[in-house]
Amino acid sequence: MSDQTVDRAVDVALSAPLPPPDAAGSRGRFSLLADAARLTRTRIGLAIVGVVVLVALGGPLVAPHSPTEFVAIPNSAPSGEALFGADALGRDVWSRFLHGGSSVLWLAVASTVLGMVVGVAVGLIAAYSRNWLDDLLMRTNDVLLAFPQIIFVLLAVSALGPQLWLIVLTVGLTHAPRVARIMRGAALEVVERDFIKSAEVVGEKRWRIVFGELLPNVTSPLMVETGLRMTYSIALVAGISFLGFGLQPPTADWGLMINENRLSITVQAWAVMLPVIAIGLFTVGTNLVTDGISRALIGLDRKASS
Amino acid sequence: MSTRLVLRRLGLGILTLWLVSLVIFAATLALPGDAAQAILGREATPERVAALRDQLNLDEPVVSQYVKWLGGIVTGDLGQSAATQAPVGELLSSRVGNSLFLVLISALFAIPLSILVGVWTAMRRDRPVDHVVSTTSLILASLPEFVIGIALILLFATGVVQLFPAVSLLGPDQRAWDDPNVVVLPAATLVLAVVPYVSRIMRGSMVEVLESEYVTMAGLKGLSRRTVIWRHAVPNAIVPAIQVIALQLAYLAGGVVVVEFVFSYPGIGAALVEAVGNRDMPVVQAVVMLAAGIYVGLNLLADVATILVTPKLRTAGR
Repeated sequence: MSDQTVDRAVDVALSAPLPPPDAAGSRGRFSLLADAARLTRTRIGLAIVGVVVLVALGGPLVAPHSPTEFVAIPNSAPSGEALFGADALGRDVWSRFLHGGSSVLWLAVASTVLGMVVGVAVGLIAAYSRNWLDDLLMRTNDVLLAFPQIIFVLLAVSALGPQLWLIVLTVGLTHAPRVARIMRGAALEVVERDFIKSAEVVGEKRWRIVFGELLPNVTSPLMVETGLRMTYSIALVAGISFLGFGLQPPTADWGLMINENRLSITVQAWAVMLPVIAIGLFTVGTNLVTDGISRALIGLDRKASS
Repeated sequence: MSTRLVLRRLGLGILTLWLVSLVIFAATLALPGDAAQAILGREATPERVAALRDQLNLDEPVVSQYVKWLGGIVTGDLGQSAATQAPVGELLSSRVGNSLFLVLISALFAIPLSILVGVWTAMRRDRPVDHVVSTTSLILASLPEFVIGIALILLFATGVVQLFPAVSLLGPDQRAWDDPNVVVLPAATLVLAVVPYVSRIMRGSMVEVLESEYVTMAGLKGLSRRTVIWRHAVPNAIVPAIQVIALQLAYLAGGVVVVEFVFSYPGIGAALVEAVGNRDMPVVQAVVMLAAGIYVGLNLLADVATILVTPKLRTAGR
């Protein structure tokens, strides 16, 4: 079973075919990224992500209009005044598009980081402890895993309202048990190795063993998982905005733009198409990079075992 | 015997659902200030607030609030919608049917299609077709459902080709199956979202089976290629895919939310989005509980199916 990376199912289902953690530690980490960067798909992915990030961060600097300024007749066609026409309220589609990417980017990065930090910590602690704590953490995981991610976010939003911190928190928290499961699976093998035992014998503190010895040896699955979570984060964060529970009007945001203009899609398709294409490219880009890393990983394993 | 293993999984499933119910109930506690006031908003009349307080048993201790709420869920009494004051069960019943119809249609196309694609690409491993399909899958798997859905609308419901309706306009008494046209694009979206995952797993396990000795043996015995593939290889290759298929169906419990919203399809997903917007907690809680139930139930089914088709587990403890 080759590229299991992009499997949304894998994070829930198959902990078995995980690539073994690299024994070489930090050296393996960099050679893995170097190997990944040699693959065409990784390069294409990086180029796409680069362009999207550039648009998201640099867009506001080159936007011809303010995102909230009324410049033309609502839903009017592209003109000299508005390059891609005006949206349902008469604002410049192009300017709103250029302003609307940074929120998606930051929210996705923040929730990915949160999910990875919590998930890695929980997964490694569970793998290392192998006692009641392991059981407790994994049962808690099962409960959180029983919620489809977007439904958990919506439950929280219904109680506390559409707040950005809440979206980062809930998207991150729903990533965490999925990350934890993968990281625990990867760490279980490492825990059995001699250097962990010798660290115990020497009397190293437990948290130092977990984060100083265990963590550096599971960086490969960690990198793959980070890429995967980033892809899902973008989809979730943009999706929540699209449903109307992310950024609130009149802010320019890609997800929200689709929501605001979807009913006039037949007369003014650009206002929907630009953000849809950008979000689509972003997720495809991050997933191509992730796929490249996991392919490089499989290549490394082949070399190691031969 | 495997019965014990199955019962253990069932027990864990019920335990999980109970804990899930605690989390869902906790959402009402998280409402800022007075829950009834928070749900109804500032303009609500004191009578309405009092009535909702009464319905949610807000004047009672938290534990008894929870017990009454859970009792209602278990006995099918889901309370009243805070927005329309209609019984939640009545509100959702037609929508549950529509959503099930959508998921069923999607699964009916997605599962055979994924198996076919998986088998087909496995047999043409590393040939150009295999690469084209795997790249397409990778791209489709990356795209959020609403991106796929809107792309389909742009392609088939607007501009040049207007084959299918972009939004599902159904009368209040109409069900989705009265006008199958409305289900085409939402179902196609879900199919496109699911097939890449399942076909990938199917391909992987088919490649392994094709390399196995018994497949070579069957070929050497002089069986036709078709018999070898469909009688011997595919049934074995499907086993690892079962779990993924079930998980993908479970995933649809969340995926329908966005897809239904894209097409304004009158199912429980769209109802959830509307209820979240209105802070209609009784409806939100009912839908979330339902989704979690489906999710846990399908996971359970996947585990049981895996236990039953895996000889080692089936005979465990015998």
